[in-house]
Amino acid sequence: MELTSHQQSFWSKYIFSTDHKVIGMQYSIMGIIMAGVGGFLAYIFRYNLAYPGASIPLFGHLSPLQYNAFVTCHGMIMVFWVGMPVLLSGLGNLLIPLMIGTDDMAFPTVNMLSFWIFFVSALVLLASFFVPGGAFGGGWTMYPPFSAGGYLNRSPHFFTALFSGTSLMILAVALEFVAMLMGGINFVVTTINKRAKGMTAFRIPILVWFLNIASLIFMFSVGPLVAGAFMLLLDNVVGTGFYDPARGGDPILWEHLFWFFGHPEVYVLLLPALGVLAEIIPVFSRKPLFAYKPIIYLALVSAVLSVLVWAHHQFVSGIDPRMATFFSIGTILISIPFAGIFLSFMATLWGGSISLKVPMMWAIGFIALFLIGGLTGLYLGSNTFDIYAHDTYFVVTHFHYTLFPDVFFGFFAAVYFWFPKFTGKTLNSALGKLHFWCTFFFFNGTWFLLFFNGLHGQHRRINDYADFSLVMQEPYMTFEKISTVCAILLILSQFIFLYNLFTSLAKAKKPTAEVKNPWNSSTLEWVASSPPPHGNFEKYPEVYRGAYEYSLPDSKEDFLPQSESGL
Amino acid sequence: MSTKQPHLSLEVNKVPEGRLGVWILIAGELVIFGGLIASYLLSRLRYPQWSEMTVHTSTLIGAINTVVLLCSSYTIVRAHEAAQKLDVAKVTRWMSLTVLGGLIFLIDKSIEYTREISEGFTFTSPQLQHSGNYVDSLFWSYYYIMTGLHSLHVLVGMIVMIIIMVQIKKGKNLHRVELAGMYWHMVDLIWIFLFPLLYIAK
Repeated sequence: MELTSHQQSFWSKYIFSTDHKVIGMQYSIMGIIMAGVGGFLAYIFRYNLAYPGASIPLFGHLSPLQYNAFVTCHGMIMVFWVGMPVLLSGLGNLLIPLMIGTDDMAFPTVNMLSFWIFFVSALVLLASFFVPGGAFGGGWTMYPPFSAGGYLNRSPHFFTALFSGTSLMILAVALEFVAMLMGGINFVVTTINKRAKGMTAFRIPILVWFLNIASLIFMFSVGPLVAGAFMLLLDNVVGTGFYDPARGGDPILWEHLFWFFGHPEVYVLLLPALGVLAEIIPVFSRKPLFAYKPIIYLALVSAVLSVLVWAHHQFVSGIDPRMATFFSIGTILISIPFAGIFLSFMATLWGGSISLKVPMMWAIGFIALFLIGGLTGLYLGSNTFDIYAHDTYFVVTHFHYTLFPDVFFGFFAAVYFWFPKFTGKTLNSALGKLHFWCTFFFFNGTWFLLFFNGLHGQHRRINDYADFSLVMQEPYMTFEKISTVCAILLILSQFIFLYNLFTSLAKAKKPTAEVKNPWNSSTLEWVASSPPPHGNFEKYPEVYRGAYEYSLPDSKEDFLPQSESGL
Repeated sequence: MSTKQPHLSLEVNKVPEGRLGVWILIAGELVIFGGLIASYLLSRLRYPQWSEMTVHTSTLIGAINTVVLLCSSYTIVRAHEAAQKLDVAKVTRWMSLTVLGGLIFLIDKSIEYTREISEGFTFTSPQLQHSGNYVDSLFWSYYYIMTGLHSLHVLVGMIVMIIIMVQIKKGKNLHRVELAGMYWHMVDLIWIFLFPLLYIAK
């Protein structure tokens, strides 16, 4: 079947495009922009934590209310407007159709709508900074009573209540969910229905599997929160009492609805990044992925377990200790499938001919850092320890050690790996390595010492310890300062990446041989030309084997593309 | 190592894309209503006095609406049947009847809402709150959010069906009749849950 490319106007090609690659780029670029916003907020309140009350360069004086709003929005933005678009929508849109060997998503128009709804949701969130009263500041989990009944932006009038920071944040999150739901339906239908001939279930690359499992987890856990967000909005705008205990409502209900989604969300973010690792590690070890099928089963097990552990976020919310035991056990159990997946990555590295190219460095950095995040997660999963550490910087540090490698290392690994495919150009690898080492070093500098601050009792929502000087004695205040300096350097080192990105994009296109399959990878996306035209493949590929055929003993080349017939 | 299997064709047993998409959409919708219904049930079990509030909902209008929705599910099935025979005139007739069913449902619902609002039962029920019956006012919050969200789905279903009828007139997208039917059955199914919960269980 011949696919012809055709001329399109600028608007239909780059703005209101239905091409999965352009939509994937739009999501990724939007994610990078929002990461800039989230990073800037982090810079402001980190500066304030190290030097309370000082005037902050590029911002000025930070009031306690602003501190709360910035911490809240930093969390919101980094999870829902950076992690989700970059890992799930960005990677999913860019790679699913290419990796399964088809021309586009099953519903291209729905896909386009999905991005534009997401875009509007980002605008709504950013607008909340500029309404009277400022952005919502009750924590990214939006627990009532802060988020209900206009506690923080009290207003008796319908319209002022609707355009308060609280309501706008709820609206923005709800819109974002709609966008992601539309994207998720697309991913699953595309993967089930549009695979190339011969692409059987167990020949699909792990990344595509994981993106689909993540989409399914998202779709089946977010529903109750959509209903809950609707109720919360009514509590704010109309004055109902769904979450108001004085009126028969129940604030704990929100915690359940939120975390029934919020905890699976962690795995929604983690699985795509692990999928990226599963693509990169075999390529740079020149070995087949160890235990392909068990990895898929483990991911499915983790998907089931992920909806059974949510109340471990509520150990101090007065839940029954017997229930707490159940959720502790569930939480510790869920480490088993992920330990299995990491073990298989280790086994893939074992005895391989490892080449430390830039994508591989990010992948291994991911494993090293996530290990720390995962192991501290085991401590916190146990309710006895969690009650002590709850809401301290120990928890904050724990989830930054999971989410930062997950979102940023996973994303950068993917960017350095697939950049040649989607642009026809290559990134500078020396700058890439510098970017990696700076990010790796300054990330640890920012966070590692804060484990000790957390164990010492530093609370995550206090902006100034002047009145609690007993908690913040030396060396803890010094740790804060080290952390802040490293955080600023961490943010600055991302400019290495941006510089690399823009200078590489400005260069002329490389010869096809250099960018067609630079890493000698066997999956289908490398069969298409770089960058792939609208419609992706000149001829629909046929698939003859699994995705990870490297270093076969009886083959001339050390890899066999999925689309090559015969041995 | 590599298995030399013959080409496994995936064309067999393939569910059409649209149908697959709507199935997933329906699953997502059911979880949304599931969360709402579960929240309601938890409160309902905690507050037995809510049975005195369900007295104020009109079981008669609710029952009529149940029949109307069930009938409209029948008409959309007939529309689907006609679509399979490529009989556009019949499809339009049966689909119009389905839209009419939705319209009757919404008219009934608005009569019902008018009655309840005039009795002082609203989203926040200020009268109940003034007399200290906060818990009872919460019942009405749940009542309005559940039936309101459901009515919104009825409205969306009607709009979608009108759009599909226009498309069919132009001679395209006949397969979407089935998709509208699936969605409409879901709307019907959710009502089958809401009706006993909010009207019958005293």
